[in-house]
Amino acid sequence: MFDFSVITGWVDRMLRSFLPEEATVLVEFVMIGVAILLGYAVIALVLIYTERRVCAFFQCRVGPNRVGPWGLTQSFADMIKMLTKELITINNVDRFLFNLAPFIVIIASVISFSCLPFAKGLELIDFNVGAFFVMAVSSMGIVGILLAGWSSNNKYSLIGAMRSGAQMISYELSIGMSILTIIVFTDTAQLSLIVANQADGWFIFKGHVPAFIAFMIYLIAGTAETNRGPFDLPEADSELTAGYHTEYSGMHFGFFYLAEYLNMFIVAGMATTLFLGGWMPLYIPGWDGFNRAMDFIPSLFWFLGKTGVLIFIMMWFKWTFPRLRIDQLLTLEWKYLLPINLVNMFVMVMVVVFEWHW
Amino acid sequence: MKTNYFYGLFAGLGSLLTGMKVTLREFFTRKTTECYPENRSALKMYERFRGTLELVHNERNEHRCVACGICEMNCPNGTIHVHADVVEDENGKKKKVLREYEYDLGSCIFCQLCVVNCPHQALRFSTEFEHAVFTREKLVRKLNREGSVLEEKKTEDKL
Amino acid sequence: MSSLKEHILKIVPEAEVSEGEVPVVNVSPGAFRTLAIHLREDAGLQFDYLVCMTGMDFGENLGVYYRFRSTVLRQELTVRVETVNREQPELMTVADLWATAELNEREVFDFFGIRFINHPDMRRLFLRNDWVGHPLRKDYDPALNDVRLHSDETLDTAPVLEVTEEGVVEEKENVVFGDSEYVVNIGPQHPATHGVLRFRVSLEGEMVKKVDVNCGYIHRGIEKMCESMTYPQTLALTDRLDYLSAHQNRHALCRCIEQAMGLEVPERAQYIRTIMDELTRVASHLLFWSTFCMDLGALTAFFYGFRDREKILNLLEETCGGRLIMNYNVIGGVMADIHPRFVEGVKEFIRYLPGAMKEYHEIFTGNVIARQRMRGIGVLSRDKAVSFGVTGPSGRASGWACDVRKLKPYAVYDKVAFDEVLREDGDVFGRYMVRLDEITQSLRILEQLIDNIPAGPYSVKTKPVVKLPEGSYFTSVEASRGEFGVLIESRGEKNPYRLKFRSPGLPLVSVVDTLATGNKIADLIAIGGSLDYVVPDIDR
Repeated sequence: MFDFSVITGWVDRMLRSFLPEEATVLVEFVMIGVAILLGYAVIALVLIYTERRVCAFFQCRVGPNRVGPWGLTQSFADMIKMLTKELITINNVDRFLFNLAPFIVIIASVISFSCLPFAKGLELIDFNVGAFFVMAVSSMGIVGILLAGWSSNNKYSLIGAMRSGAQMISYELSIGMSILTIIVFTDTAQLSLIVANQADGWFIFKGHVPAFIAFMIYLIAGTAETNRGPFDLPEADSELTAGYHTEYSGMHFGFFYLAEYLNMFIVAGMATTLFLGGWMPLYIPGWDGFNRAMDFIPSLFWFLGKTGVLIFIMMWFKWTFPRLRIDQLLTLEWKYLLPINLVNMFVMVMVVVFEWHW
Repeated sequence: MKTNYFYGLFAGLGSLLTGMKVTLREFFTRKTTECYPENRSALKMYERFRGTLELVHNERNEHRCVACGICEMNCPNGTIHVHADVVEDENGKKKKVLREYEYDLGSCIFCQLCVVNCPHQALRFSTEFEHAVFTREKLVRKLNREGSVLEEKKTEDKL
Repeated sequence: MSSLKEHILKIVPEAEVSEGEVPVVNVSPGAFRTLAIHLREDAGLQFDYLVCMTGMDFGENLGVYYRFRSTVLRQELTVRVETVNREQPELMTVADLWATAELNEREVFDFFGIRFINHPDMRRLFLRNDWVGHPLRKDYDPALNDVRLHSDETLDTAPVLEVTEEGVVEEKENVVFGDSEYVVNIGPQHPATHGVLRFRVSLEGEMVKKVDVNCGYIHRGIEKMCESMTYPQTLALTDRLDYLSAHQNRHALCRCIEQAMGLEVPERAQYIRTIMDELTRVASHLLFWSTFCMDLGALTAFFYGFRDREKILNLLEETCGGRLIMNYNVIGGVMADIHPRFVEGVKEFIRYLPGAMKEYHEIFTGNVIARQRMRGIGVLSRDKAVSFGVTGPSGRASGWACDVRKLKPYAVYDKVAFDEVLREDGDVFGRYMVRLDEITQSLRILEQLIDNIPAGPYSVKTKPVVKLPEGSYFTSVEASRGEFGVLIESRGEKNPYRLKFRSPGLPLVSVVDTLATGNKIADLIAIGGSLDYVVPDIDR
């Protein structure tokens, strides 16, 4: 299987051959930054297009099909539109916080994005508490949402932000718990190691029932974390018009919009990493020919493919279910997900302690 | 209580899966969208569709409007204005002749009273529906075509 | 019938009571309040439902027609009250006896300037607060009100007239919203109000404390316009009231005019009208289902409903020439015969829809989230439903058998077998299920009629100028969202002296405050969606 560290190592050696140490690091920083932002933007555009198409197909519609072949450049055109639109300044807002909020959201999203192990040898931020780092950073986005709601001087926004706060704090627990379940099982919080440990079988298969339950809970809580339907209460278009980003326009709105899609990607990507073997190909023990054929598919595709399937499932959720009410949302978390999760984690600890796994 | 909790959980999950089954089935069925500008040539409106008012002209560029103004009187919204000239015919009888049949599509409410009440069946609704224009003035239309004249009553019928 | 007259004369000896199918009681403003209390509470009267309240300009004086119905004793009564003078027209309120009178009295005040003593809230209902004069009075001068370009200030206090113990009428002010309340505007531009309706909602966190309905954003003065139109011309406006019950509205007006003229409508036309009414009802309920799902956040369901409604619209367009503004019923019949393909199309639709309905139930009715959001939310008791005049599916969900098709069968409803869908729960889920079940019943009606349309003329010819004999006429039909009534006061001319539409929408919004108080914002949206009001119908 192709290892991306070959390329990165080559670039590093090449730079070092004619640049001093500090300059090399600087150039590499810039290159990585550009690559991340580029990847971020491209994935966001692809996701927006996909979502619109998928949603349309669920709804017996065709979806965007005017701009470019099959409407492929639709979201690109939308981005240009968004960039050229005026940023409307609103009276009586806390201008500093109002303008800061979208940046906090997008920065949180970009940092957690860069933690994902995309392919073999393609991990940008990788250290021994990677999983916790992702959780910590991705929770920062909520600050941006709260700020946006509070500083907008709009009652809808405020209600949306408050809902968002309640929702994020609750579901963060479930996410943390299900990640912990896997960390208990795999004995490391370093994302690259978590992936490496799944070389002989994905955790969802290897980890028995607890891993599967943790996966389900992670998927549900993850959907809630991204403020997507059926958990889109902070936006709740039929109740709060647009929730916390009601007053935003132009690219500031665009940041919220991009972050929503990228958060979906991050949640799906983390799920892939933790439960579905990350970029590891699918091996079926005993089927050597099949396993070797699987090896020919590049690791990046494996990662994107699995993530794509999860994203499709999340879209499928969104376009099927009605929105929850705030009390249902909290009931689901505190009465169902959390207790189940605690029991599940306990079972996982038993599994590990008594070595019930193979 | 215990059974309720788990029963509720699984029944709920089941109902969610049922819904997802439906949407997935729709995902793969044929879409119902009409691709409008593309299907323009094939698109046929129902013949009774009220698109816009039309003064019936035959192939000799003759209409049947005698400028009596009943349509104008019946219109609830002041959409129609019949401008007529009074002309003396060869017998010295004064007669109204249609000069301009003015119709404001913008204020027409498509109640069909003009068509129904026209004693000479001079009006009808055509199925044309692409009305978009840039200013309201363009919605005011002259319905009698250039150079059109009143259709002669077929004299053979009387004989 | 005469016992009713005797009973009333016992209460108010000086009242004039006319004989007839629906007796008209002419009573002085002084005695009206006493009569009203007795009408509401006496065991032999029990007029618990105020069908329609019509403000009138009688010429010399102003006044009101109250049309009452007893849901228990199945009798009807009209009360005619004239004010003492035009300059200071005042009447006693009945809003404490019939809750529906609250908004209706505000409407009468708005249009005629009659002030109701002891009414808790005498703000204008439809027009701007800075409007000059009362437009439905015959002496109103339109020149007083030019187009205003500044926005209307919203009042937080409401003027009231209160009568003290000594019998002196005092002007006071009621506070609608205090300074410390967190008031959120929902509407006039809001995805869930289904049009330009505005709720001012006082919130306590997520909980709704009070809802104040502000109407009039799409008021077109259709009743006033009708007064200067000939009868055939007025027909064109009914399609624009509740545009989802276009056929039924027009049916009501046509029936009212035909009854006044004594015109017999050919049987074929009756059949066609019934079929069209039911198709409209199905289309309307499908739209209800779609938009309700959308209000609850299930956007995909919305498209499924619209996909199927489109099939009905195609059928209607083929025959009537319009998809929304049908323009089909005319005085004496229908505009044109049904299209040759119509019967086959309807049959195909009857075959198609049950499958789609199954899908609706699978995707939404059974859904655990949807069920929890609908069950037990916004419970409307039967008494409240009657008092507020909440008719149609919403009333039937509360267990009130208010279907005009059953109470007073018109067209060919007496020839078909169908069930009046009744439920006892009265909550959002009940209102939702009643509508879906009514679709099934409507299909049943269609099935029975579609093959049996008798041959014959589809319309009788009427004179080009229609004149109604002097008098006051009231007819109602069952529109998609409730009882749609038409009251015509004719003075023998070619245009009506006064034409009033009893819209089912106004009672529906009047009940929102009662239902939503104490629930959450999301419930307010669900309640609004389940009541299924159509804003142009409220505003007229």
